[in-house]
Amino acid sequence: MKQKNNLIPALTGIILLLVFVILLENISSLIPNLPQVFQPTSPLFTVLKKAAVYSLVAVSMNLLNGFTGLFSLGQAGFMLLGAYTYAILTVPSDMKDQVYYLFGGCAFDFSLVDFFRSIFGAGGFGGAVALVLACLTALILAGCVAGLFAYLIGFPVLRLKSDYLAIATLGFAEILRAIFQWQKLGPITNGANMIKGFPTFSDFNITDSSGNVILRLSTFVPFLLTTICIVLIVCLINSSYGRAFKSIRDDEIASEAMGIGLFKHKTMSFVISSFFAGVGGGMFAMYVANAQAKAFTSTMTYEILLIVVIGGIGSVSGSIIATFLYVACSEWWLRFLDSEMYIGGFKVPLLRNGFRMVVFSVVIMVIVLFFSQGIMGDRELDLKAITGYLTGKKRAKAKEKVPAGKEGDK
Amino acid sequence: MEYVISVLLSGISVGGQYALIAIGYTLVYGILRLINFAHGDVFMVAGLLGIYLTATLPISISLPLVIVLTVALGFTIERAAYKPLREAPRMSVMISAIGVSYLLQNTATYVTGGQPMTYPTIPFLSDTVNVAGTQTKWVVLITPVLVLILVIALTQLINKTKVGMAMRAVSKDFETSRLMGIKIHSVISVTFIIGSALAAVGSVLFFTNYPAVTPTVGSMPGLKAFVAAVFGGIGSIPGAVLGAFLIGICETIIKGLPSSWDVSVFSDAFTFALLIVILAFKPQGLFGEAATDKV
Amino acid sequence: MKKIIAVMLAGVMTLSLAACGSSAADTSGGAAESSASSGDTIRIGVFEPSTGDSASGGKKEILGMQYANSETPTVDLNGKTYNIELVMADNGSSADKAPSAASELVGKDVSLVLGSYGSGVSMAGGPKFEEAGLAAIGVTCTNPNVTAGNDYYFRICFLDNFQADVLANFAMEKFSAKKAYCLGENGNEYDQGLVAFFTQVFEAAGGEVISDSFPTNNSDFTSYLNKAKSEGAEVIFTPVSIAYAKQIMEQAASLDIGIPFLGSDTLDDNMVLEATKGTNLQLYVSTFYQEGGSDTFDKGIKEYINGNSDALTANGGNDTISAVTAMGYDAYYVALEAIKAAGSGDKGAIKTAIPGVKWDGVSGSIAFDSVGDAVRDTAYIKTADTATGEWAFEKVQTGSGN
Repeated sequence: MKQKNNLIPALTGIILLLVFVILLENISSLIPNLPQVFQPTSPLFTVLKKAAVYSLVAVSMNLLNGFTGLFSLGQAGFMLLGAYTYAILTVPSDMKDQVYYLFGGCAFDFSLVDFFRSIFGAGGFGGAVALVLACLTALILAGCVAGLFAYLIGFPVLRLKSDYLAIATLGFAEILRAIFQWQKLGPITNGANMIKGFPTFSDFNITDSSGNVILRLSTFVPFLLTTICIVLIVCLINSSYGRAFKSIRDDEIASEAMGIGLFKHKTMSFVISSFFAGVGGGMFAMYVANAQAKAFTSTMTYEILLIVVIGGIGSVSGSIIATFLYVACSEWWLRFLDSEMYIGGFKVPLLRNGFRMVVFSVVIMVIVLFFSQGIMGDRELDLKAITGYLTGKKRAKAKEKVPAGKEGDK
Repeated sequence: MEYVISVLLSGISVGGQYALIAIGYTLVYGILRLINFAHGDVFMVAGLLGIYLTATLPISISLPLVIVLTVALGFTIERAAYKPLREAPRMSVMISAIGVSYLLQNTATYVTGGQPMTYPTIPFLSDTVNVAGTQTKWVVLITPVLVLILVIALTQLINKTKVGMAMRAVSKDFETSRLMGIKIHSVISVTFIIGSALAAVGSVLFFTNYPAVTPTVGSMPGLKAFVAAVFGGIGSIPGAVLGAFLIGICETIIKGLPSSWDVSVFSDAFTFALLIVILAFKPQGLFGEAATDKV
Repeated sequence: MKKIIAVMLAGVMTLSLAACGSSAADTSGGAAESSASSGDTIRIGVFEPSTGDSASGGKKEILGMQYANSETPTVDLNGKTYNIELVMADNGSSADKAPSAASELVGKDVSLVLGSYGSGVSMAGGPKFEEAGLAAIGVTCTNPNVTAGNDYYFRICFLDNFQADVLANFAMEKFSAKKAYCLGENGNEYDQGLVAFFTQVFEAAGGEVISDSFPTNNSDFTSYLNKAKSEGAEVIFTPVSIAYAKQIMEQAASLDIGIPFLGSDTLDDNMVLEATKGTNLQLYVSTFYQEGGSDTFDKGIKEYINGNSDALTANGGNDTISAVTAMGYDAYYVALEAIKAAGSGDKGAIKTAIPGVKWDGVSGSIAFDSVGDAVRDTAYIKTADTATGEWAFEKVQTGSGN
């Protein structure tokens, strides 16, 4: 009931956001002489791209940790599977010899990009269609591979209790990393070397015949993909399956007594979460323009976990907001802490390389300790509530609403 | 033959060092049901303290000081990062542990400037000795003996003393032991103090053998020590020690297998595979008690 | 209520951070504008790791650039003097932090970029530079794929295959070795690439190679070293990063291994050297520069390091000159030459000018080939003098010519 009421504003919001991203990205070509921040090369867009990718992964982790109550630390492993699947499937054949130079070419002699190009043509509009189809197919397959692996390891692992599950999934991710780095598998995974040369977000910029960019879409594309995936996840959470997940989170035994198949629903949540982590991994490969197992360490999982916690376990919008804040802080706003600074003639003490990360981890500890509910708790961003706060009129109502939504929490 | 002995020697020394860390894990987990992710990093900090203190003080003063400071660190972490979350869900405490680990690593990077630091040589421990034609350091031979002594002392402490009894009671049931008048906060602090002291001793042995200290040096031994604790049955000290030696020896054997098989890269992966297999088939570990769910 | 406070606090915190961030950006932006209007500063981006695994090497490389900058802080273009400013960005030794560090540099309007130590980060940052039309000069990233396929990436060092070739030839000439043991970190493209090329050359010459990979964060190398000994290897080739190299040397010393070690350019580091002091290890490394190659440079940089406590810490606490420092120094001067040739701080002009730049640096003469790689046919081999704890020059080695 509430959902239907919110459907139209939510859709409008999403469309507005996407339009805003396109405008923001192209604003420098529309209005000349803007500040550096709005130029297409500004860190703003790098941060936006990375945050778009990470927010998908964070939401997928939240689906598992926040909505189903399964504490899994395997996210980096599934991202790795997704990234490699995407990369291996889309490296064009003529690039393979150069990329796999240590192994004399790739044993897997197929490329989705070439395949679709052979159907639609390589240039102009056909080329664009081929590119879009190839990337989409590869991303979906990336998700499927991650989902399939999740299904397989779900059998032994999902019967475990909270922290045992965490450490088992963490171990699984480490095993995967060792396998993908193994030189013997080099003809497929390229061993320790990175796979590169596949289509990235920048390839979605529309250029004219001489190579000048007419319309930039490189930030829009990750936003669009992430939005589609997150909408799917939200639909799932609001469906009867989602309610079953939440009941498992709140009380396993009670929900089993109510006729919810524990293992079935846990597996389902695990596979779906891993599917989206896989898609996120593929997008991560597009963002960094390479795929290398070295990047997918447990540190990456911890980062995503911290994002989920900062946003609020059990809140999709919280995860998204937290991702943008986290990425912007760690990669952009706090960078000034890393270099020496003078205020007047006074040298600010402590500022030197590495200080950014210290400050950052202190901030994280403060959030974990004093605001353990995170930014959003387990509520969602609600336009009405926000306008209510702003006008002050509905404050009484909003106050009523908060305890009603929080009943199950304490 | 010489080669086999050398592999076994490395295995025993690696295992002994894991054991000292694993005891800290298993004690904390037994009582708090918390995977203390920061434990490996406490171990790393102990290593750094060893370097900075011996640079200015003689070893006879600096080594005891390292243990005291590490204990203080462990105590502070418990009070600052875990105690406020006593009533919170288990997941929050674990996240706090990950946060502490993140903080310790980043601070270490900041202080050392990311350079690998050299651990000082400690007289006698660093000296070399010849065992059946294989050259090795004294520390390799001393580690297992020291572990054995510590294990016996600890089991005595847990089984015979009042603090030990309180620890056992708290690990069985938080609420009831509180009703019985046990100050659970101090019991938990004692657990962390013992764990950190062992981590400090472990760091001296470990870094004497492998003298480069980097900010991430603690994470892998930490994780493996946890696997060892699970393997032996969480909460059981002899189990953790046995598990640690087993994992240490298996790992060095895998590393020592002929290169043509090219499996040495899987020495870490093997540890985790072992973990998943144990958890799937015998979740209570070798010596652990089967956990019963209270409805 | 608590929630509301939490939200508000978080909001305030973000706002203040945003304010800090933007104010920092503003000040630098303001500086950029004012300098642009007066037009007397040219910025060179330094894309190096100062945190993470490669921090040690990255810092030493930065040191060379800073020294060069202190030596020649200005450049004269068309009768006008421009100040050169180094703009640092830490790529965190990790491929997922590199793109944002790269765009940080692009955003600060630098004219060209120097770096990085480590090929992985260079390859991750490369596309950002290419997109921005900004030329980058790799200092010690030796992987072939850094420059291949990227028109905007150049480099002044030799490549992995050349280095491996040099070392394989050296092993056969000096020790008449027929059996070599290679040890590299699993999943590290630098280690594995060198091991693979070394194996190719060594086996082509009729030798036998046994190789192993150890997992990341491994500490115990005794099993590997004992294996090398029991297999009867005549040389051990360990192209690993500094922290591992240090561990391997320490453990080899206590095992009394008695087999000579060959190392790549990463092992040319005073941390590794220190580990061999007072032992009976034999360590030979191939490198870009040998101390004593240029007296004025040696003297100058030693003074610079000893006169600045930060620099001394960055160099690991003593004044032994790492080859990467010399390379950083040369890179700076190559950048200056490119700026002079371009006649301005315009990044497009500089990119066009770089392929034509020739420079006689302290590490040898530097010129670029069609891919953007340096034309180099020699490497220095030096050995650790275990008695004095210094590097001793061994020989100049050329490859087998392939």
